Amino acid sequence: MNDYEAMVNAYKNTGGEDIFSNNDVAHLVLERDKIVGAHEVEGLKVDAKKIDNNKVDVNITVKSGYKIEKPVHMCFGVLPKEGKQIIDLNIVIEDEGEVEVVADCIFPNAVRVEHIMDGNIYVGRNGSYTYNEKHYHGDSGGVKVVSKAKIIQDEGSYMQSVFTLLKGRVGEIDFDYQAELNARATLEMLARISGYADDKVKIREAGYLQGEGARGLLDSKIALRDKARADIYNEMTAEAAEAKGHVDCTEIIKDEATARAIPIVDVRHSEAKITHEAAIGSVDTSQLETLMARGLTEEEATDVIIQGLLNG
Amino acid sequence: MSNILTIENLDLVLGKEKILDNISLNIKTGEVYAIIGPNGCGKSSLAYTIMGLKRYKPAAGDIYYKGEKITNLSIDKRARKGITLAWQEPARFEGVSTREFLSLGLKSRGLEVIDSKLEQALNEVAIIPGKYLNRNIDEKLSGGERKRIELASILLMDPKLVILDEPDSGVDVVALNNISDVIQDLKDNDTAILMITHSEEMLKLADKAALLCQGRMLKKGDPASISSYFRYECIPCKDEDYKVHQGVAAGE
Repeated sequence: MNDYEAMVNAYKNTGGEDIFSNNDVAHLVLERDKIVGAHEVEGLKVDAKKIDNNKVDVNITVKSGYKIEKPVHMCFGVLPKEGKQIIDLNIVIEDEGEVEVVADCIFPNAVRVEHIMDGNIYVGRNGSYTYNEKHYHGDSGGVKVVSKAKIIQDEGSYMQSVFTLLKGRVGEIDFDYQAELNARATLEMLARISGYADDKVKIREAGYLQGEGARGLLDSKIALRDKARADIYNEMTAEAAEAKGHVDCTEIIKDEATARAIPIVDVRHSEAKITHEAAIGSVDTSQLETLMARGLTEEEATDVIIQGLLNG
Repeated sequence: MSNILTIENLDLVLGKEKILDNISLNIKTGEVYAIIGPNGCGKSSLAYTIMGLKRYKPAAGDIYYKGEKITNLSIDKRARKGITLAWQEPARFEGVSTREFLSLGLKSRGLEVIDSKLEQALNEVAIIPGKYLNRNIDEKLSGGERKRIELASILLMDPKLVILDEPDSGVDVVALNNISDVIQDLKDNDTAILMITHSEEMLKLADKAALLCQGRMLKKGDPASISSYFRYECIPCKDEDYKVHQGVAAGE
């Protein structure tokens, strides 16, 4: 089996559909620093090259005015037990361009694996970028993910970023995304993570609403068990008229897990508004008892509640 | 008909307060038994104690289901034997769809989840399946909608003893008729129902009733006479009045 087949198989094992053989679907498949598959469609340019040991430079451009019909699939992974993958990711959505990217990050056998992503994202005037990053880690907890991105959104643009890790151990995640929004731009940044054992989750999400009428949502939902730990820093700044934002952090903890939520809400204009909510606690008793009264064990009921929270 | 539920000399203490005091009760298969009483008299606590909620462990007395002592069984074990509870204020479940929630009742019985069964249960409680199956049971649903969905989930469990805590509260007049129909259907299916209610309409469905006052079973009998006594003769009582009151109730 070659590297491409091995990556596609690993992707399918996570429940992914067979999209890589579809000519209408643009894709990029990286195993460590090897570019094992790439496909472009009209209006979308995908350029990847190895620039150093373990390091790949990826440039994706959606040309002005193009709406890419089908989601672009990026599959990044490290298949051996040990390895390192560093990706410099540069994404440019030119004016009026529109694309949805699904990034599957797969580390099924990880014992000592590092995945480092350094992203620069520009969404042009009235452009739209939806980025759905899904992580599939093995059960050993041997993955360290460091994911950073600087995002600039031009006037009237839309960006949604969803980060999910619901299966396997987290290991260690250090996630740092920050976005600057110009007038009437909209940002939705969501994180859904389930951690257990001694997993460590650190998330910093920041939205700077700099232009008039900019809108921002930072929404983290984290479930932790055993001795897992999470530190969530959500930061939203509004400095123009009619800028509006909301920061929301919900964390369910069980066993000896610990969680901290540190929201920073900074409003610098009298006509701007930001709201925030944070809730950290154990599984809701009334939910638990309702499900147990339907015959679920406490453990099964907890799973349903946590999965629901993370799906929400 | 045999007793499906027997409660013997049950005491419940929460903190330092005695919430239930020497409660004894028998419910027969297919019987609808109503519990009425003033706010705070212990009706919901009785429901929770029968269901086996963690904080509601009896300080004394025992609960028997089909002759088997279940006093120390957990909620889920009681549920798997055929006992379930519909809450007065049903819980919200963010990210859990009506379909998923209803499926739990079937799964707990080891049955395959078939959409037509879920749809049938929703239709019985006057919920339009096409509109609700994919909706989450969250804050966007009203209390009345959640209540009816909870009843549908109970129907799918095919329980033998259902505890209904104020099934009529928060639902509109039309839905109330459907809830009455559901109770009648359960009864026709030989399911026993312990119903906590303040509603005359609901009381009409009951075969027997009991009046609970300050955690004590003051009076048992036919629903009409118990309701009449509660409405017209019962007075707000202090603890020291209880014995006098009890004497009145017993016709002394």
